[in-house]
Amino acid sequence: MTAGRLARRAAHWLLVLLLLLGGIVMVFPLFWLASTSLRPAPELNIVPPHLLPDHWTLENYTKVFASAPMFTYLWNSFVFATVSTVFILLTSTIAGYVFAKFKVPGNNLLFMLVLATAIVPFEIYMVPLFTQMNALGLVNKPLGLFLPFLVLSYGIFFMRQNTMTSVPDELLDAARIDGMGEFAIAFRLVPRLLAPALFALAILAFIQAWTAFIWPLLILNDPKLFPMEVGLSQFANNFSVDFGVTSAGAVIALLPTIIAFLILRRRIVDGITLTGIKG
Amino acid sequence: MTNPVAAVRRVPPRTWARYRFVAIVLTPVMLLFLYLRVVPTAQAFLMSFFDWKLIKPADKFVGLDNYVKLLGDHNFREAFFNTTLFAVATTIVSVLLALLLAAFLARVVTGRLGGAIELLYFAPVLVPMVPVTLGWREIFNYDHGILNSALGLVGIQKQPWLSDPQMALVAVIILSVWKQLGYNLIILLVGMRAIPREFHEAAAVDGAGAWSQFRHITLPLLRPVTLFVIVITTISAYNVFTQVYVLASDVQGSPGRLVRVLVYDIFENGFRFFKMGYASAEAVYLFLIILALTIIQFRFLRGSSQ
Repeated sequence: MTAGRLARRAAHWLLVLLLLLGGIVMVFPLFWLASTSLRPAPELNIVPPHLLPDHWTLENYTKVFASAPMFTYLWNSFVFATVSTVFILLTSTIAGYVFAKFKVPGNNLLFMLVLATAIVPFEIYMVPLFTQMNALGLVNKPLGLFLPFLVLSYGIFFMRQNTMTSVPDELLDAARIDGMGEFAIAFRLVPRLLAPALFALAILAFIQAWTAFIWPLLILNDPKLFPMEVGLSQFANNFSVDFGVTSAGAVIALLPTIIAFLILRRRIVDGITLTGIKG
Repeated sequence: MTNPVAAVRRVPPRTWARYRFVAIVLTPVMLLFLYLRVVPTAQAFLMSFFDWKLIKPADKFVGLDNYVKLLGDHNFREAFFNTTLFAVATTIVSVLLALLLAAFLARVVTGRLGGAIELLYFAPVLVPMVPVTLGWREIFNYDHGILNSALGLVGIQKQPWLSDPQMALVAVIILSVWKQLGYNLIILLVGMRAIPREFHEAAAVDGAGAWSQFRHITLPLLRPVTLFVIVITTISAYNVFTQVYVLASDVQGSPGRLVRVLVYDIFENGFRFFKMGYASAEAVYLFLIILALTIIQFRFLRGSSQ
C-alpha cells in the first residue's frame, strides 16, 4: 500500500470516528436520563457526576409511580393518539380520494381551502378554537381534546397526491363494470392500493397526537385526563421532586417511543421522508 | 340557452350515483374540516379587530388598535426579538450541521455503518419533547449539571444556563438544534442520494476534488431541498413553545417566563389575561411571518424548476 492510500484510509477512519462521536453526543441526553433515573438521591449531587450510578436503584421508579398516575397518563396518550390516527386516516383518505378522482362542482374550491389551511399552524387559531370548544361545553372533556385532532389538512393533500399516483382510473372503471358499488370501491379497494401512504400518514398522525402539548395544556385541567406530555411537565414543575424521580418519569414517557422506533425504525424514517413533515 | 331541467336529465344515472356518493362521504369530513380549521382561522382574524374576552365576546370593535398597541408592548417586542433570534440561530446551525453530515453520509461513509450512524443522529427527532427537555434541564443544571462539569475540565467557568435569560435562550437553541438536526439530515440525505452518480464521476475525471464537487455539483442541485429544509425549520422554530415552557422557568417557577417567545405571549394574553382579541392580533402577526416564509419557498421552488 502506498503512503498516499494509507493516509487516505487513515483520514477515512478518522472521519468515521468523528461521526460516531457526534452520534454518541446525540444519544447522550437519552442515556443520561436513564442513568440519572437509576441512582439514589445522595448521588445526584456528586460533582463531577459519574457516568453510571455507584449504587443502582429502582427507588426513583417506585416514587414516581407513587406520586403521579403514570399509567393513566400513558393510557390517555395512547387513546388520544389512536383515536386521532384512525380519524385522520379515514377523513384524509375519503377527502383525498374524492378530490383526486371525482369531478364534482365545488370540489376544486374546497380543495383550495384545504391547501390554504394547510399552511396555517395550530398556534394561530388556538385561541378561537378554545372559545368554540368552550361554547360547546367541551373544556376539560376528552372530546374537546380529541376534536381538533380528527382532521389534518396536510393529510387530505397527501392522500390526494397518492391517490393520483397509485390508483389508476382504469382499475376503478373495471371495478365499476364488475358491479362494485362506489362505497365498496372507496372503502375496500382503494385503501389496499394506498397502503404505504396510509402507513406513512399513520406514523405522522400518531406522533403528532402523542407529542401534542399546547392544546392538551389549554383544554384540560383535570390531571386524570392529562396525556403523558402534560402530566409529566406538571409533575416536573413541582419543586418537591428531585432529578432522580423526574428522570424516572421521563424514562417511562420515552420508553414506548423508543420501543416503537427500535421495532419500526426503517419504516418510520421512510414514512417521515415520504410525508416530508413531522408532527 | 339550454333548458336546465333538460341539462340535468342528460346527466347519466351512473354519474348521479357518483354525486350521491361524494355528497354522502365528503359532507361529514368537510363539516368537521370547516368547523375545526376554517372557522377558527377566520375567527382569529375577526377577533383581532375586537376587544374580545372569553365571557364578553365581540365586546367592542377597535379596528387596528390591537395591532398598534402590540407594536409598543414591551412583552410582545421582547417575544418577537427572542423568537426571531431563536429561529435564525436554530435554522442556521441545524441546517449547516445537517449539510455537513449529509455530505459525508451520502458519499463517504455509506452502507451499514453509515446507516447506523444516521440512526444515532435521527434518534432525537421522534422522542417526545417534554421528557428530553427534562433530561437537558439536568444537563444544564448550574451546580451539578454534567455540562458545567465538562466545561470545567477544559477550564471554562460554570455558566448560568437556566437562570440568566440570555444563557437560557442559548440553552433552548442547543436543545432545539439537537432535536431538529436528524430531521434535516434525513431530508438532505434523500436529496443528495437522488443526485445521479455520473455527475460526480464526470467531475472526478475532470480532476475536481471532494470540496469542489460539493461546492459546484451537490450544493446547486440540492438547492430546492435545502430551501425546503430551511423554511420548514424556520417555521417550526417560530412556533416554539414546549421546550421553552419546560426549560425556562423564571425565579418564581413560572414556566416559560424566562425566555419569552411569541406563542408563550399569545398563550399568556389569551388564557391568563383573557385578552383574546389582543392575543389574536398577535397570532395574526405570527401568521404573517409564516406566510412570508411560505411565499419565499414557493417563489424559489418555482424559480429553480424552470
